[in-house]
Amino acid sequence: MSAAATTIAHEAPPQSGPRAFIRRLGHGDELAHLITLTFAAGILLLTSLLVYELWINSHLSRSKFGWMFFWTRVWDPNFDNFGAAPFIYGTLVTSAVALVIAVPLGLASAIFLSELAPRKISDSISFLIDLLAAVPSVIYGLLGIFIVVPLMRTTLGPMLIHSVGNVPYIGALFRGPNYGVGFLTAGIVLAIMVVPYIISVSREVLLTVPREQREAALALGATRWESTWKVVLPWARTGIMGSIFLALARALGETMAVTMVIGNAARINPSLLSPGDTIASTIANQFTEATGDLYLSALIELGLVLFLITFILNGMARILIVLTERGGGRPV
Amino acid sequence: MSSPRIAWRKSLNFVMLSLTGVAALGVVCVLFLILGYLMWNGGASLNWNFFTQLPKPVGETGGGMANAIVGSLKLLLLAAVMGLPVGLLAGVYLAEFGGHTFSFIIRYTADLLNGVPSIVIGIFAYSLAVLPVKHFSALAGGVALAIMVIPITVRSTEEFLRAVPGSLREGAMALGASKWKTIATVVLPAASGGILTGMLLALARVAGETAPLLFTAFSNRYWGEGWGQPIASLPVMIYTYAIAPYDDWHRQAWAAGLVLLGLVLLSNLGARFILARTKVA
Repeated sequence: MSAAATTIAHEAPPQSGPRAFIRRLGHGDELAHLITLTFAAGILLLTSLLVYELWINSHLSRSKFGWMFFWTRVWDPNFDNFGAAPFIYGTLVTSAVALVIAVPLGLASAIFLSELAPRKISDSISFLIDLLAAVPSVIYGLLGIFIVVPLMRTTLGPMLIHSVGNVPYIGALFRGPNYGVGFLTAGIVLAIMVVPYIISVSREVLLTVPREQREAALALGATRWESTWKVVLPWARTGIMGSIFLALARALGETMAVTMVIGNAARINPSLLSPGDTIASTIANQFTEATGDLYLSALIELGLVLFLITFILNGMARILIVLTERGGGRPV
Repeated sequence: MSSPRIAWRKSLNFVMLSLTGVAALGVVCVLFLILGYLMWNGGASLNWNFFTQLPKPVGETGGGMANAIVGSLKLLLLAAVMGLPVGLLAGVYLAEFGGHTFSFIIRYTADLLNGVPSIVIGIFAYSLAVLPVKHFSALAGGVALAIMVIPITVRSTEEFLRAVPGSLREGAMALGASKWKTIATVVLPAASGGILTGMLLALARVAGETAPLLFTAFSNRYWGEGWGQPIASLPVMIYTYAIAPYDDWHRQAWAAGLVLLGLVLLSNLGARFILARTKVA
């Protein structure tokens, strides 16, 4: 018995300890595990490094302006005075315009694709819409400059000023000079860019709604639309919210198309027709021209702000989508 | 008594359902509008010089973007060399080795990294590869694109590895293969079609990226030899040419847009085609 135990101990050395670990590495499995683990951890490291670099390199600006950075309405590189308010405003306004256009459009298309269209047609249209999502943003910018901007300057802008411009309250959004470039133009281009995301995610979510839900509603005498509006959509609403958050995160961080059509002016103006700037477009425009450490640091702080906003939104979107896919959508 | 009510419900049903169809049709039309407009404008300005000549000095018409085409290819090569292996191996970890919690964290981080605005990735690459050496370079541009390639590759690799049936793994192990041998000789080859497609899609996605290149690779009106110099790329050229006040530059921007969109859409179509065929097999 004891003799057998000693021979086994010889053949299979202790499972713990550094020497045993190295021996097991030679076996292959642990080595492969370790190598792939290193690369997986590398992603974690890379993301942490991204936050660290943004934090460290924006130090000058953070220590000089503190929280006032978010409230100051002046962006004056000549006097080293930097405030992010106009850009935060521009980012929020353009994204809001984009969502106002894209959410109804995207949701309606998703409903058509999941509830009405035969599966084959639905699949091929979805394929085309996925292609739309693959179009580079600089191409949207190019089309924005040469189609949407002239359209806004000659037709859509004057039309809005003359019709909605006279309505009390919301009329203030459509007054003043109309250059073609501005918040509204950027919002329209953004809407076209984010619509594919809303459609493809919402369609997936709608397709996961159990068939019985629809059948029950129809059996109770609901019309097709009533079953969609009162049963299917409430069931899928968490996931649909997720798709909207995802689209919002895209819109907030979108750079090139916005930079090309927003007019680049650090101003807060209630009119949607006036030129403005977003966080991303300011970085894109001014980064290479930034002379002086404080200027560069302020731009990097803008990047940090943008990162944090999209980080939070993306996180929330993922959670919402995961919740629905796990069947957490509750009909009310 | 209820007949007007029913008529109302029926017409509402009809109107709303038609509107959803109109919305879907409208979105699809946008795609064809984009394609058509680019073909029309870009096709008219596209010629052989575009592919073979350097940009002419400001004021002279003609010239091409040969340097930007080569530049874009060089940047993509850098992104592939630096980004794809990391994405592949991390994906293998997630699918084959990962524990529950740690994998969840990695997956979540990859998704968040994927959602980081490309301009912020540009700042990150700037601080990694431009600040230390104090000049723009092709290498810095490659770093920026590689950072964007990684999360996309991780997720697609993991997905396709998970799609490989467990019976294949069990078969290999039953024949005495160790785990890493099973992965290297059975699982990876079985998923290779999908994984390569995922990589192609990742590269197609970053091929059109402009924002992260603005202050990493910058631009160059000449070839920009080697890896340490600023280098031109198609997306950045489209941007600078489109916002410039010269008609001839606008023409070339359209041509470049057509070439870029053609490349991106063709690789997307190709990838999906390969995918559809491997799924059947």
